[in-house]
Amino acid sequence: MEMQDKVIAIVSEAANVEAANISAGTSFVDDLNLDSLDMVEMMMKMEEEFGVEIPEDKTEDLKTISDVTNFIKNNAN
Amino acid sequence: MELNRVAVTGISAMCGVGNSMDEVWANLIEGKSGISTIPDIDLEKWPVQFAGQVKGFEISEDLLDKKEQPRFDRFIHFALHCADEAIKQANLIGAYDPYMVGSIFGTGLGGLPEIEKTASILENKGPRRVSPFFIPAFIPNMAPGKISMRYNFRGVNYATSSACASASHAIGAAVSEIMLGRQDAIVTGGSEAVLTNLSFAGFASMKALSKWNDKPSQASRPFDIDRNGFVMGEGAGIIILENYEKAKARGAKILAEVVGFGATADAYHITSPHPEGEGTVPCMLQALKNANIKPEDIDYINAHGTSTPLGDIAETNAIKKVFGDHAKKLNVSSTKSMHGHLLGAAGGLESVICIKALIEGVIPPTINLDNQDPECDLNYTPNKAIKRDITYALNNSFGFGGTNSTTIFKKC
Repeated sequence: MEMQDKVIAIVSEAANVEAANISAGTSFVDDLNLDSLDMVEMMMKMEEEFGVEIPEDKTEDLKTISDVTNFIKNNAN
Repeated sequence: MELNRVAVTGISAMCGVGNSMDEVWANLIEGKSGISTIPDIDLEKWPVQFAGQVKGFEISEDLLDKKEQPRFDRFIHFALHCADEAIKQANLIGAYDPYMVGSIFGTGLGGLPEIEKTASILENKGPRRVSPFFIPAFIPNMAPGKISMRYNFRGVNYATSSACASASHAIGAAVSEIMLGRQDAIVTGGSEAVLTNLSFAGFASMKALSKWNDKPSQASRPFDIDRNGFVMGEGAGIIILENYEKAKARGAKILAEVVGFGATADAYHITSPHPEGEGTVPCMLQALKNANIKPEDIDYINAHGTSTPLGDIAETNAIKKVFGDHAKKLNVSSTKSMHGHLLGAAGGLESVICIKALIEGVIPPTINLDNQDPECDLNYTPNKAIKRDITYALNNSFGFGGTNSTTIFKKC
């Protein structure tokens, strides 16, 4: 599976929205209506899945699927 | 100041004998036990291996969608499931100003399973893996909180916690709110779901639980000579209380009336009941006085009767002190013989059972009463339900910490 598809799979579960309706430009807050707790939980799952650490001050910049995918690509071990 | 009368307009229950009001009642009056061996339990490890488990329950996605389900502990699922049945029966949605409808709701141990699970994550994976939904998942007042969000009830909203009297104290507090006119309607009662390693280990360590692993359905035997401890159960019992006159005016069907409430403390011991009933006797007397009725008016007592050696005798003696000669004329039963001890939800379920007994004119039995303890010498409605047209029913709920509560219901 492509990295982005894996990210979408996690977001799909967190938001209870079908993966087919999520794409690179989908915004967590504007499109999926995730609240601050949803975001924390989702980022935690990203960390577990991809073995990266997403610092708290970084999460504010990660607004869309592609933001997260790029962050992971650049920071994964 | 004139106090408002308090009507019951909706009821619901779930426990080891059923997941809806009708199913629970049908099985209780058949004398069926809901207590059985816990599937997959490690028989080598656990001294107590059975309980009154809720079976085959999954909350509807309409009440909690798939995303939300794992974010709330089981006691909250039970609360939402039963609240929905009772609220629909009462036809409460939209009946009043939202700020005049509240929820006061009891739980003894709240989300202990979630605490246990998360403590293990903390230990094994560290603090950064503790879910942001951990705190909302277990706090006791999330049960009434979720009820308020579901139905837009914006009145008083909090949880009571007084061990095995939690739901009864919630009902008592709700009654006061309505009597004083501060609220028009309240969703009350309680919920408990702690059939988990930590609570089994804790109660077993206190030697409070029956160990009849080879005959679980006979283990809860209140007032029987062979009783040897209580049996844990889980479930919920919910009642909708309303200002009587307002309920009548809106055409709600009134199922019963709550006429009296009493609450006291033993001020004696952390877990043992006061042997002379110095807390429980005044508690029942206070409820009778509050109801403005005589002891002889009571027809049925749903006893706390947990099947512990000391507790059943202490409660029997307290009933005899309060009711005198009348004690032998009234029917007592402990339905914990069938559903086990629902801990903080016990007073909710058993209040609902009192209300059903008033409506149906049937008193559910105390099962497993094969050889009555000579020191427990009342009519405990042994083994078979009986038909009896009754006007007043009384429920006792007592909790660790020496806390007591008595609620009195009247037929309408």
